[in-house]
Amino acid sequence: MTSNWITTRAWLLMLPLLIVMIAIIGWPLIDTVRLSFTDAKLVGTEGNFVGIDNYVKILSGSNFQRTLITTTLFAVLSVGAEMIIGVLAALLLNQQFYGRSVLRALMILPWALPTVVNATLWRLIYNPEYGALNAALTQIGMLDAYRSWLGEPGTALAALIVADCWKNFPLVALIALAALQAVPRDITAASMVDGAGAWSRFRFVIMPYLAGPLMVALVLRTIEAFKVFDIIWVMTRGGPANSTRTLSILVYQEAFSFQRAGSGASLALIVTLLVTILAVAYAALIRKSAGAS
Amino acid sequence: MERRSLTATIFVYLAALLLAAVILAPVVWLFIMSISSTTDLITKPLRWWPETIDLSRYGVLLSTAANSAGEAFVASLFNSLKVAGMATAAALIVAIPAAWAVSRTPSVGWSLYAVIATYMLPPVALAVPLYMALSAFGLLNNVFGLALVYLTILAPFTTWLMKSGFDSIPREIESAATVDGARLDQILRLITLPLAAPVMATAALFAFLLAWDEFFYALLFTSDQRAKTLTVAIADLAGGRVSDYGLIATAGVLAALPPLIIGLFMQRALISGLTNGGVKG
Repeated sequence: MTSNWITTRAWLLMLPLLIVMIAIIGWPLIDTVRLSFTDAKLVGTEGNFVGIDNYVKILSGSNFQRTLITTTLFAVLSVGAEMIIGVLAALLLNQQFYGRSVLRALMILPWALPTVVNATLWRLIYNPEYGALNAALTQIGMLDAYRSWLGEPGTALAALIVADCWKNFPLVALIALAALQAVPRDITAASMVDGAGAWSRFRFVIMPYLAGPLMVALVLRTIEAFKVFDIIWVMTRGGPANSTRTLSILVYQEAFSFQRAGSGASLALIVTLLVTILAVAYAALIRKSAGAS
Repeated sequence: MERRSLTATIFVYLAALLLAAVILAPVVWLFIMSISSTTDLITKPLRWWPETIDLSRYGVLLSTAANSAGEAFVASLFNSLKVAGMATAAALIVAIPAAWAVSRTPSVGWSLYAVIATYMLPPVALAVPLYMALSAFGLLNNVFGLALVYLTILAPFTTWLMKSGFDSIPREIESAATVDGARLDQILRLITLPLAAPVMATAALFAFLLAWDEFFYALLFTSDQRAKTLTVAIADLAGGRVSDYGLIATAGVLAALPPLIIGLFMQRALISGLTNGGVKG
């Protein structure tokens, strides 16, 4: 067999995938770019070419700026909390105790719970009249009167972050645990003989094993959090007073609620660009840290 | 062997109890809500365990009487099964040959990175043209249309998983069979695919769970019982004027059961899939 034939055969085998990808990803992406330079409506009018008008309006508008800040806040706080709690949980699960394997099995529960069910569940827990959080806090005396956790701009975003964190920290914990189990026992033992304290043992002996997998988890989780839609749509729809409106929610409102396909498309491309920058920056970071260790 | 002091041991057990409580409390509460009577759920102070256990909501949601809450719920359950099943099957059909080709022919490997990169795309970047196209072809509010759209998520993902699966099967086995005179289709059918069966099963499970979980496209592209999936039906219940919180909780329990069962029983496969995907990036 010639190498030419092998390459041709490879392309032939890839053809079905490539056709599907071009039809449902490549073409729509290009069409989004085209739409972003028009004032097309979702239904009816084709729209006229308007140049970069949509982009100028979006980037100079206060809606976009405020939404970008909300999205960044959500991504940084929820992913940050997930990483910290996840690593702590993994360190715990790496200890020996009775019931460890049961606890490890339970960690799969939040991850397996569908996102929409998770959002619905927390919406019920935060319910202002009959919710479990109000009841629990009142019954132990930490709260005088029931509060509307998702109804007040001051607490809604924090309440969402808790719900998102509960669902996603176990994934970080399982990834970190797999990495911890690759740390050779004699190395930790040797460092204890050498008199290393708990912190320096974590920092210099364990952390090098954790860094790579955790970095990948951080990348994937940050990109996911930046694109967040489901949990917010189900719990608050971006309210109250737009205090939990993230970029994906804003695109949805622009393109589908207000049916402005043109400016919705330009907003979507701005989000895509931001996600791409995140992904590329992280990829460079990973390559660098892989080269260093 | 590490030896812990008594204080350290107590601390470990307390932390383990706390972690178990944090993980379990919300899930258990969802279940308790689903079996509590409505009066128990709206009394103050709230009753944490129902006075009377009320299983009737499960019957309500799973009944198929015309125009009942159950009819809509059961319809969405079947829509979810259909869409997730079709999308998973289609994704595997296009992913397996492509993944094998990339695994055995490194010179075309760059195309795989292009496919994986699309996995990072936010769905909003494709939503508007997809909506217009589905509408033009009459595929809005249609399970086939939605399954086709789900391929945007499932196809890159399964190709990625299958490629690393084929990578772990030594190509020497295939070349030995070639020397013995086997044709390519025989090699794939009799040797490679049987060896790759566990990876295929993992990929299929992951893909099915992804599709079962999907909400954004389903919200945009479906509007009634003919195609609405479970996630949209539950969001409708949660956001609508349903005053029976127990009914919402019951719908949640039922929708969560398949992935929870898959998650608990397939734990080993899922975790190795997660961590391999995580480590290899």
